[in-house]
Amino acid sequence: MQSFYAVYRKEMGHYFVSPIAYIFIGVFLFLAAYFFNYFLTVMIQQSFSMEMQGMRFGMPPEIDVPGQVMRGFFGLLSTLVLFFTPILTMGVYAEERKRGTMELLMTSPVTETQIVLGKFFASLTLFMLMMLPTAGYVIFMCLHSDPMPPWRMVAAGYAGVLLLGGSLIALGTFISSLTENQLIAAVLTFAAFLFVWVLDLGSNADGGIGAVVQYLSVIRHYDDFTRGVIDTSALIYYFSFIALFIFLTVRSIDSMRWRRA
Amino acid sequence: MIEVENLTKTYGERTAVDHVSFAVNKGEILGFLGPNGAGKTTTMRILTGFMPATSGTARVAGFDVAKESMDVRRHIGYLPETPPLYPDMTIESYLDFVARIKNVPAADRARSVTDAMRKTNLEDRRSELIKRLSRGYKQRVGIAQALVHDPDVIILDEPTVGLDPKQIIEVRNLIKGLAGSHTIILSTHILPEVSMTCDRVVIINKGKIAAVDTPQNLTSQLKSGQKIRLEVQAPEAAIRGTLTQVPGVSQVHVEALPSSDRSIVTIETAQGADIRSEIAAKIIASGWRLFELRGVSLSLEDIFLELTTDDASHAQQPVN
Repeated sequence: MQSFYAVYRKEMGHYFVSPIAYIFIGVFLFLAAYFFNYFLTVMIQQSFSMEMQGMRFGMPPEIDVPGQVMRGFFGLLSTLVLFFTPILTMGVYAEERKRGTMELLMTSPVTETQIVLGKFFASLTLFMLMMLPTAGYVIFMCLHSDPMPPWRMVAAGYAGVLLLGGSLIALGTFISSLTENQLIAAVLTFAAFLFVWVLDLGSNADGGIGAVVQYLSVIRHYDDFTRGVIDTSALIYYFSFIALFIFLTVRSIDSMRWRRA
Repeated sequence: MIEVENLTKTYGERTAVDHVSFAVNKGEILGFLGPNGAGKTTTMRILTGFMPATSGTARVAGFDVAKESMDVRRHIGYLPETPPLYPDMTIESYLDFVARIKNVPAADRARSVTDAMRKTNLEDRRSELIKRLSRGYKQRVGIAQALVHDPDVIILDEPTVGLDPKQIIEVRNLIKGLAGSHTIILSTHILPEVSMTCDRVVIINKGKIAAVDTPQNLTSQLKSGQKIRLEVQAPEAAIRGTLTQVPGVSQVHVEALPSSDRSIVTIETAQGADIRSEIAAKIIASGWRLFELRGVSLSLEDIFLELTTDDASHAQQPVN
């Protein structure tokens, strides 16, 4: 536990001593805020024009502005996550390998699992710190909207973001452990993300295979969360995904001992 | 403190370490001498638990490096070839991190870090970022890192490489100061370094141990095989004929200097004899003009050739 915490603490220090974390979180929040504002404006305008039409023709149609904004907002967060996570994870192991500090970690009384978990949770913490301020946008909307967006939907949405982020971090750090070059790690990670993202697009095929491929897409399960549905199969999917890649990372680190370096 | 028996490491076809056996006593400084690619780093990496051996056993501080790796790692401090530093950390926070992953108890941590900085003379720069340090200071932080948890065994891979002469002397004195309370293995390809710091020397070449000896014996072996270099103005044939007659001369090479009538003469001497004055006397007696006469120590390569003469593989060049 002490060793796990030492690695975790070192990683967090690395993020916040250098400008990495501040630039990263700053740019993310700027983009998220811009698009949130955009969604809100568009939805409000739409609902106004719908209401006008309703007054003219009677029977104003129901439009759930807060719900629609939240769905759009969580959809946007997932897209930003797709672009930001490779940058977050590219250096996690690649940089250590390049600097030779991996040799320090691997000759210290620390297990591979402690190293991998320490780094994973440090990245996840930074990810959560990045997401936390976006709750401010949601709270702002809640204060001014009637009806309020259903809190279950907000909670489920954030749970989805967290699980999606965790999965992509696990995958990204695994790829980072395969190379010494951060750029290669980032490009491969982005490609891998896109692949698991669009898996369900190619799954129009009927029958068993289509269903399996669809189940493997990271974003299909995320959609459930943005609708406020927490499905057990989605939870199992994300936790297995994270566990699988953490396991593979541990194996990958261990294999460095056998490679010629 | 360290016992190595028949340690072998192969990378595919290539054997990096070939049935190496040696032992290091408590408090001793052992020098690992060999050209680049001789298998020094590989041996050290096996001892530190970084990589497993293909066969053979090694015990450090009573623990088997393969079976009790975690115990070995707790008792070992290791400075790899490139110091494993985090450029964005300060010296103090870096050493604190190393103390944490080396399982130094929280109560002792601050003291351990201060001690390591004091031993390596880093105290006045404790809050400086590592990336702003010079090469010599970085090397010192690397050494501080290896001794922050007060390990029984310290392994230093080329600790003086890339340092300026003043820094080299500092690092050597630092290492000498650590002996006694710590058992130390250091590797180098610089011959004088070994004689200045080490109690015992393991000469390793192409993965095999060529000799294990004290620096004193090694140096006397060196003197016995001394060469003498001359610059003389005389006919070639006469030089060869005359100088071969001097007692103690085993071989004479004569090479004419281009665009002059002088020759460069290299004389190989027999065991133990210093015949420089006899040679000078002979030249003067022959009426030749002598421009230069000096003794040439055997280079590291010569020793390797000498030590591996009965080894059929000695004709191959060391792999870099």
